[in-house]
Amino acid sequence: MMATTFTLADARDLAYLIAIAGFILALKGLSSPRHARQGNLVGAAAAALAIGMTFTLPELRNSGTNLVLAIIAMIFGAVIAVPVARFVKMTAMPQLVAIFNGVGGGAAALIAIVELLHLHFLGLQPAVYVTAEVLLGVLIGSVSFSGSAIAFVKLQELITGRPITYPGQQVINGLVGIVIVAMILLALVTGSIAYVWVILVLSLVLGVIFVLPIGGADVPVLISLLNSFTGLAVAASGFVLNSALLIVAGTLVGASGILLTRLMSAAMGRSLPNILFSAFGAVITATGGEEGDAARPVRAGTPDDVGVLLAYARKVVIIPGYGLAVAQAQHTARELAEALKARGVETFFAIHPVAGRMPGHMNVLLAEANVPYDELKEMDEANPEMSTADVALVVGANDTVNPAAKSTPGSPIYGMPIIHADEAENIIFLKRSMRPGFAGIDNDLLYDPKTTMLFGDAKDTLQKLVTAVNDA
Amino acid sequence: MIAFVEPTTSTGIVAYLTIFVLAGFVGIEVISKVPSILHTPLMSGSNAIHGIVLVGALTIMGEAHGPAQLTLGFLAVFLATLNVVGGFVVTDRMLEMFKSKPGERGRAAAAGDTGPAAGRSAAAGTDTGAAGGGEAGTGDAA
Repeated sequence: MMATTFTLADARDLAYLIAIAGFILALKGLSSPRHARQGNLVGAAAAALAIGMTFTLPELRNSGTNLVLAIIAMIFGAVIAVPVARFVKMTAMPQLVAIFNGVGGGAAALIAIVELLHLHFLGLQPAVYVTAEVLLGVLIGSVSFSGSAIAFVKLQELITGRPITYPGQQVINGLVGIVIVAMILLALVTGSIAYVWVILVLSLVLGVIFVLPIGGADVPVLISLLNSFTGLAVAASGFVLNSALLIVAGTLVGASGILLTRLMSAAMGRSLPNILFSAFGAVITATGGEEGDAARPVRAGTPDDVGVLLAYARKVVIIPGYGLAVAQAQHTARELAEALKARGVETFFAIHPVAGRMPGHMNVLLAEANVPYDELKEMDEANPEMSTADVALVVGANDTVNPAAKSTPGSPIYGMPIIHADEAENIIFLKRSMRPGFAGIDNDLLYDPKTTMLFGDAKDTLQKLVTAVNDA
Repeated sequence: MIAFVEPTTSTGIVAYLTIFVLAGFVGIEVISKVPSILHTPLMSGSNAIHGIVLVGALTIMGEAHGPAQLTLGFLAVFLATLNVVGGFVVTDRMLEMFKSKPGERGRAAAAGDTGPAAGRSAAAGTDTGAAGGGEAGTGDAA
């Protein structure tokens, strides 16, 4: 209206611009260890500013009931989100990220639908590209929502973490995808609003059937991909609402999420299509299975023997895996490392990039237990030291030390980088049982003559080892 | 910002597509080098950033008419709030653990177990404060 005055709308747009800059700085900060936390706080401040300024929208400010409902919904959301985010166990972090990601995708899909309903309510026939934006938002947002929900139940082990497959799976998934594309085209041509509901339902189905064949070990990479999808769904809803803020924030996440997904799959030595479509780990290789295990001799040791071995070693490498996280044994592992160092044993942790259930997950857990940074070595840094290690202490890890990855071309994990525990003079496995790891592949290292098994809960066993080392 | 662009023109869409393409390049550029130790926090942090979809949810809530739109809008605001609040809080909690310097840790460990534990719970206290502050800011603006 009055182009020469600085209006409230200008102030709001300016706040949105500041928020955009804040988000870019946040991502920048999050990618360096020094500034990660500040980066996140900058992002939170940017989001708070943008959300706060949204309440200056005249439509919202003067909408009466709508405003009250919006505030009630926000209070509900915050009251649930804060305690859940603060108090859920660190081991459950991957599924928590999945769920927070899924709801974002759901919100983006709903926004697109409501805007379409609103335009029809006003009697406007939206332009074809607006309908396209709406339908893309619904499609991507819904896939992200239902896909994240399945990722959550897989990681929470409410359903099996193994890939769920059935004959003709990829064909069926492909058909559902084709039907959705056909429905989108029909909706664009006819301009009928009814198709949006069909597309919503089919997209929710697609999210579920897309995620079912992906094995538990690969779900973290999937969450990263779905995170990227939600970003794109948010960008789509930004197009629908003509909001530069949503377009930029959504696209930033969409683009960086794709890159992050590729970095993660590279850390596993696999390609993204292989992760998404190969139903990895569905079949246990011929040498695996219960009978095969029972037939092969393994050497089981006692914590006292192993404690002495550790106490008089020169160099001990602790290789933690998801089992350590499940047993909540990170603090006990740190105690053991301290007990060994107190005796002058050189001790460090070798961290596989995908140890735990998400890349970096193990670093987070061990940092929580106050293990110093310089005792956490990344795989590439640790591997040259393995051949001079007296003991490799594998705590609840399996696939990440499986020598089949470098020696057996037929193995599903062939080519995945591993920690070379097999090069150490002695290998100690702390495991609950002989069951194969997440990838469902038998590990020859368990039967190696150099290997001693310590069966039981990782935390109990580590505690006994601490006592044994101190007594030795 | 939210006004419906005249349907017969397509100039608006090209401007927004320009923003989209540029933002895509920025997104790739800005995280080109991430140590694997930060993959999880970065995923979680970018998850929080797309929680800004709450702005879109609030926008449609302002213009929603009738029970269907209001119900879906209410749900959108609720879900988006979970995303943005939960996302930032959980990321902060992860990153809190990367904070202490190795030197300080050595000394704290030498002082006994209670040292680091006390330090951590103090940090957790500050954190809740920060998250609460963000919420309060939103409330004030409302």
